[in-house]
Amino acid sequence: MLGKLSWSDIPIDVPILVGTFAGAAIAGLAVLGLITYYGKWGYLWKEWFTSVDHKRLGVMYIVLALVALFRGFADAIMMRSQLALAYAGNPGYLPPHHYDQIFSAHGTIMIFFMAMAFMTGLMNVIVPLQIGARDVAFPFLNSLSFWMTTISFVLINVSLFIGEFSQCGWLAYPPLSEQQFSPGVGVDYYIWAVQLSGVGTLLTGVNFFTTIVKMRAPGMTFMKMPVFTWTIFCTSVLIMLSFPILTVALGLLGLDRYLGMHFFTNDGGGNQMLYLSVIWGWGHPEVYILVLPAFGAFSEITQTFSRKPLFGYNTMVYATCSIMVLSMVVWLHHFFTMGAGANVNTFFGIMTMIIAIPTGVKIFNWLFTMYKGRVEFHATMYWVIGFMITFTIGGMTGVMLAIPAADFVLHNSLFVIAHFHNVIIGGVYFGYVAAMNFWFPKAFGFKLNEAWGKRAFWLWFVGFYFAFMPLYVLGFEGMTRRMNHYDNPEWYPWLLVAEAGAVMIALGIVCQLTQLYVSIRDRNLAENRDLTGDPWNARTLEWSTSSPPPFYNFAVVPAVHDLDAFAHDKEAGIDTRAAGSNYQPIHMPKNTAAGFFVGMFSLILGFAAVWWIWWLAAVGLIGVIATVIARSSNNDVDYYVPASEVARIENEHTRNLLAAQAAE
Amino acid sequence: MKKKILPRLSSLLCLSSAFLLAGCDWALFDPKGTVGAQEKSLILTSTYAMLLVVVPVIVLTLLFAWQYRHSNTSAEYLPKWSHSNKIEVVIWVVPSLIILFLAVLTYQTCHSLDPYRPLEEEANVKPIHVEVVALDWKWLFIYPDEGIATVNQMAFPVNTPVDFRITSDAVMNSFFIPQLGSQIYAMAGMQTQLHLVANTAGNYLGESANFSGRGFSDMRFRALAMSNDDYAAWVQKVKAASEQLDNSNYSKLAAPSEANPVEYFSHAEPGLFDQIVAKYNNGMVMDKSTGKMLHVQSAMSDMNMKE
Repeated sequence: MLGKLSWSDIPIDVPILVGTFAGAAIAGLAVLGLITYYGKWGYLWKEWFTSVDHKRLGVMYIVLALVALFRGFADAIMMRSQLALAYAGNPGYLPPHHYDQIFSAHGTIMIFFMAMAFMTGLMNVIVPLQIGARDVAFPFLNSLSFWMTTISFVLINVSLFIGEFSQCGWLAYPPLSEQQFSPGVGVDYYIWAVQLSGVGTLLTGVNFFTTIVKMRAPGMTFMKMPVFTWTIFCTSVLIMLSFPILTVALGLLGLDRYLGMHFFTNDGGGNQMLYLSVIWGWGHPEVYILVLPAFGAFSEITQTFSRKPLFGYNTMVYATCSIMVLSMVVWLHHFFTMGAGANVNTFFGIMTMIIAIPTGVKIFNWLFTMYKGRVEFHATMYWVIGFMITFTIGGMTGVMLAIPAADFVLHNSLFVIAHFHNVIIGGVYFGYVAAMNFWFPKAFGFKLNEAWGKRAFWLWFVGFYFAFMPLYVLGFEGMTRRMNHYDNPEWYPWLLVAEAGAVMIALGIVCQLTQLYVSIRDRNLAENRDLTGDPWNARTLEWSTSSPPPFYNFAVVPAVHDLDAFAHDKEAGIDTRAAGSNYQPIHMPKNTAAGFFVGMFSLILGFAAVWWIWWLAAVGLIGVIATVIARSSNNDVDYYVPASEVARIENEHTRNLLAAQAAE
Repeated sequence: MKKKILPRLSSLLCLSSAFLLAGCDWALFDPKGTVGAQEKSLILTSTYAMLLVVVPVIVLTLLFAWQYRHSNTSAEYLPKWSHSNKIEVVIWVVPSLIILFLAVLTYQTCHSLDPYRPLEEEANVKPIHVEVVALDWKWLFIYPDEGIATVNQMAFPVNTPVDFRITSDAVMNSFFIPQLGSQIYAMAGMQTQLHLVANTAGNYLGESANFSGRGFSDMRFRALAMSNDDYAAWVQKVKAASEQLDNSNYSKLAAPSEANPVEYFSHAEPGLFDQIVAKYNNGMVMDKSTGKMLHVQSAMSDMNMKE
């Protein structure tokens, strides 16, 4: 009846997990209680859970990312604390069984549910506004993508309290991840969570590719597209190319585990080298999927706060596209030590380091955007400058790893850990946080507190160097990754420094949460409100509409005359909004609960499949299919906003604008 | 802003130069064999080459941000300027030249430091052969020429090239002695090769660099580089051990164990390594010197075909 599931799978003998469960349960009940107390269930359901509005979905994605950041960081600081303790005979407080789950969960959560969700959230909020569209091409799919991602994150967290998570690292290399060596349900949780979220990500890629190709405002040719949109375009292409590879890799691993097949097993003709090749065929493009949007955000922010257009727009576009292409042909550099011949290693090594050229060009472009500008040290610019310094170092260590003969001694050491945190924190995370600070007033109509933003930056920036520079040293000292304990006295002091860095980053996260709290508390103060819709005197279309934008984004679809359309219109004295014109009814998609229900049935399917509860899996699968059929046969999916309603909303914004101008 | 950023920058530069100069006692910067020494010099050369562009970028970032700060109204302001062919040429050409240099370096070192390539020393000194089997969670070393085997400890004479053949009878591991140089994966059913040499006598850390499960952290061994006489004495010591390794007790050794102590076997079944590889390949193993597939007669092929 319950498959493999039994009472013994509930880890009541692990105090850390019981405490976590109690904490999560109390916090969860408190949130549910507050929602009930304030009677907000209907509001949440109608306005958020069933919404197909890209802005609302974007906000929910970012909320999900912040929750995932919290979980992923808790894992991180537990690992650092373990290694600060587990020296010279001291086993530390995390036995390998628990520790191995933690580092596997940390990587999986940070990549799939923190970084990917954050990125998807940003592109949801910004891209349609930036290209002058009223929504994405497939609004329902967008809602479906969000719910698939969310329930996958839920599934991973269920593994904390029911059963166990994978103990095979974030990419679950076979044969360790095969039934023979990992008979528990941990790897199955991993496979189902990543597969289900992969559905959401792939659909997002298709959705935004179509949106950018088909829905740009009239006059916005490809070479007049804002750089952020360009980077999302390239990222969408990479998602469409690489996520199917991930699906196949994990699908084959699942067949091995569920049906006893032999794709990657030691015996029966299986080949573990194939898995590495396939999983990295996705894994390498993935890091560019994450970092390209950050590059886009840095471009928008640098030009806005340097008060001049981006230096070398064309170069920037070519650099982005060449990175997109090159990222698909470098995956073998993740396993130079597998014994491929010198010529194969040479090819992939050189292809990898060639990526450094367009990336270096981008850095120079941002440099020369500041050159002869008027650089405002807004909190957002702190992240940009911190990024340029940190990412350059990360790029350098990346090229070192790309030289196969150097990789032979650096591979799988803490040097590698230091390198990819150097680019993922210094590049991706700094970029996303900068983007959040930059576009927050657009999404909510008020600015984020700058003082707390700067405090968060300094703690993250300094904390990063303390946490990860020692890991470079430890790599040089021959310490390999994923160790649970050690007895080398030379490693110990460096691991203590890294622990101190992790504490600083923890304080940085506290500052970010405080920043959110303070900003929401002070949202109605005059200096925080954004009545004009253009708080930074920025250059692109999203700033031409109100903050937050009306649900239809643009009453009149803007006409684009030049690159940086809004800056052009401001100079030429053109009202991009075309206020007071003869408004037309606006065609909009209706909200739908279908995405929510497909997500919930998928959660049931995933959970049941992890535990081999086949009747329940059938319920989940049938539920998914039935919901999709019901949704497909529903023709009542859209409506028209009457012109009078559009006029009412627009006139109100015009009044706000005039009041704001009068106040100046 | 300046006050805060400049000290950070200088401490950062100190830290990065410390990586390259002060870190002499760090394993990779204190190599004990020619392979490791070449890899150290490769790491340093490539880092210096990249610092040619990395340091200016960091300095210019801070310089431009400060020079063109909003409050500095005396600085030149070109609100429309966004293109310069001269700068574009420089920013494409300079990184390209550095990458071109590194590409040449990559090509050369990929071939000269190919783990499969016998060392130049082999022209003068006869190498010793060691067969390595990664087990859950220990390392088995078979000396086919001596007919002995050890667990979690290996020895070899200094200045004598060591030819490793490496496989796994469990999950994937990576065979790595940091102070001697290159690592290579150990995979079941496959043989990888590695050539190392130690130029200084010593007791070096050996480890697995690829996570292999519960007992991974204790999956360590010692690599003892010693004089010819000491090595001969070590071989005699192993030969005096009471334990022997053959098909009947191999499976007991191969069973998972954590923090396994050092073990000596005075006799190792001939062809044991080939049998371990062959049992995952329907009894076939490739002779790496000729590339021919050989059939291995083995008591092992019908035992413990797991799954």
